[in-house]
Amino acid sequence: MSSEHIDEVSGISTTGHEWDGIRELNNPLPRWWVTTFYITIVWAIGYTIAYPAWPMLTSATRGVLGYSSRNHVKNELAAAEAAKAKYVAAVKSKTVSEIAADDALREFAVAAGGAAFKVNCVQCHGSGAQGSKGFPNLNDDDWLWGGSAEQIQQTITHGIRFASDPDTRLSEMPAFGDIITADQIAQVSAYVASLSGLVRDASLIEPGVKVFAENCVACHGDIAKGNRELGAPDLTDAIWLYGPGEAAIAAQVRAPKHGVMPAWIGRLGETKVKELAVYIHSLGGGE
Amino acid sequence: MNGNVIGCARLEMHVLDKTVERLEAEAVNSTKTRQPLYAPRKKIFPKRASGSFRRFKWLVMAITLGIYYLTPWLRWDRGPFAPDQAVLLDLANRRFYFFFIEIWPQEFYYVAGLLMMAGIGLFLITSTVGRAWCGYTCPQTVWVDLFLVVERAIEGDRNARMKLDAGPWTTHKLVLRVSKHTIWLVIAAATGGAWIFYFADAPTLLREVFTGTAAPVAYITIAVLTATTYTFGGLMREQICTYMCPWPRIQAAMLDENSLTVTYNDWRGEPRSRHAKRVQAAGQLVGDCVDCNACVAVCPMGIDIRYGQQLECITCALCIDACDGVMDKLGKKRGLISYATLSDYNANTAVATGGGSGAVKPSLLLTADGTFSDRLAHFHIRKIFRPRTFAYMGAWSAVGLALLYSLLARERLEVNVLHDRNPQFVTLSDGSIRNGYTVKLLNMVPEPRTIVVTMQGLQGAEMSVVGIDLPAARSFAIPVEPDRLKMLKVFVRQPANQVEDTAQTFKFRVEDMASFESDEYTATFNAPETAR
Repeated sequence: MSSEHIDEVSGISTTGHEWDGIRELNNPLPRWWVTTFYITIVWAIGYTIAYPAWPMLTSATRGVLGYSSRNHVKNELAAAEAAKAKYVAAVKSKTVSEIAADDALREFAVAAGGAAFKVNCVQCHGSGAQGSKGFPNLNDDDWLWGGSAEQIQQTITHGIRFASDPDTRLSEMPAFGDIITADQIAQVSAYVASLSGLVRDASLIEPGVKVFAENCVACHGDIAKGNRELGAPDLTDAIWLYGPGEAAIAAQVRAPKHGVMPAWIGRLGETKVKELAVYIHSLGGGE
Repeated sequence: MNGNVIGCARLEMHVLDKTVERLEAEAVNSTKTRQPLYAPRKKIFPKRASGSFRRFKWLVMAITLGIYYLTPWLRWDRGPFAPDQAVLLDLANRRFYFFFIEIWPQEFYYVAGLLMMAGIGLFLITSTVGRAWCGYTCPQTVWVDLFLVVERAIEGDRNARMKLDAGPWTTHKLVLRVSKHTIWLVIAAATGGAWIFYFADAPTLLREVFTGTAAPVAYITIAVLTATTYTFGGLMREQICTYMCPWPRIQAAMLDENSLTVTYNDWRGEPRSRHAKRVQAAGQLVGDCVDCNACVAVCPMGIDIRYGQQLECITCALCIDACDGVMDKLGKKRGLISYATLSDYNANTAVATGGGSGAVKPSLLLTADGTFSDRLAHFHIRKIFRPRTFAYMGAWSAVGLALLYSLLARERLEVNVLHDRNPQFVTLSDGSIRNGYTVKLLNMVPEPRTIVVTMQGLQGAEMSVVGIDLPAARSFAIPVEPDRLKMLKVFVRQPANQVEDTAQTFKFRVEDMASFESDEYTATFNAPETAR
């Protein structure tokens, strides 16, 4: 830092800084610039008075306008709730079939149901409702307990084999490993696999028909088309909850697995359940 | 040619010395007092100019202001399903209407193209006639001009305003100042007010604005634009151009030796003298410039053009008018300050200095009978046509023609398809494979249309649509509202024995049966390995 230095060319004093012989001129700022600068300072002070700003020991100054970002979000959420109140009320008062038949209402319910699905259902059914082994795919047209909007609503409301709900959908296939012989299991598995065109050993089918008639028709029906009253699956189609093929069928005959779905009415309430039902019904398999 | 001839030609000089008043004006950036850009503002009191450029500027002002204020009120019939405002930026519905053109957001490249044309056009104009944009059509220039009209009408011309400004605060001064600023604010409010009419139906919005029922954003816009117009046009004026605008910096690179700029022809004016006769009597040379400062007094930027082309000069040409007036009074030829190119200027300087060495000798410019020598260069229209301007013109036309072609050839019916990603396919109970698609039909005309959606390819497959009771088919018709997008959830189902590959392509074709306008989208159909 040198003492005052006057630039020879311009005759203006420099700031005293020098870099490799280059000096910085000490020019005055234009008045409009300086004024603007002071205005921003005044504005900033006013801002800290008007809005929460100064940190204190436990919180911060509140600001005279009483603004808080939490309230801001709260108000926005309330406004969003108010904006959709009309639809929510309609969903509440109408049946799921009526909702599905009304374009605007269906669109709303599908969006709301889709959001609820992402939170509550994807853990088992997958983010695209595509399911996996043991967890039904909700996109297809195969329904264990019925695929109408009302039947889906019933399933979501009370769940499946959910002990604490008295109205839950209930069925249980016996473990035939204790009832019939291993040979019979192989025979009936071959027959069931043949119903949907899967590869099979032809010699086992004939006795398999007999085993099926004696043990299975009560629930799965004469022609193995299943029974939705009992949640008994259609054995003639291409969809296998526990996997296709004789081995998977045999395993399910010997010691069946039974999936459990909770009753959602207590947690989600009727409106949400209706929205979910309409959403699932819209996935392409709804009846 | 000799000194006597010049003396005869300017015999009347001593009379004129008395009649032309020397104005008290000094350039804010004269070398004597030149400050760096960072300096307190010096007040400028532009004097009223009159002449052909001033008349041209009045005309341009009337046209540009007319366009700005009146455009939103023009009507254009588009039928019952679209607004009838000729120019409308409908932000809420994301539509832009410009007479017979309607633009959707995804067609914003038209605006980008227009901006390119504006940029190249600015280059073209600048390389030929200098900063004509700055001097005549820039909103800053036009509004400052308008505000100066008000200022002159209330406070008087230059001298009266300077006197008023320097004088003490009297009631008279207060009344003048308050009325000036009030009128400025009214103009500013009208300017901000006119802007919002481009964004909504003008007559409706006008009624709403005055009944207090318009949207808050309308009032905020008016307030902001009123403030900027008043500040920029009334208070900051030339500082906007000097400090804030980037164009004065860019123009230095845009001008070349063949661009017309406002030029002080010092080869003719120098040596300037306020007392030509006395100087002449003393045997010294005298140029045409009588140093009356008229050119400085009228300048809205407050500069002296005699220092040559400079950053602050917006080439409004008012100094040409002022100087021509003085030259007329003196009985001299006009054009001491004129639109000239650098090459002409250099050629004439060479003539005046006898080949470029030594000082300007006015005698070298004149013929024996006192008129200007025919060796002097004059601007020729040919100079506008040079490779550079052809390149600009070519680029400008290319963009323009490309826009025009795409505008004339554009489709007003579109289909966009989104294939479901999760799940990519669904196996149905009969083994057939289903894929889901979100199909968006864009009816981009303001009339309702019935669109036929057809599948092409993918043998044996059929479509069904969620929420619409249609039999599964390979084609269906659906009404689409005017000027709207219709979103459909379409399921395509193919029997297992027809599946040829894990990924097959097929087309969604949409067609309007009335106009036969159509569009296609090639989509993919996915299937599991086992379905084949």
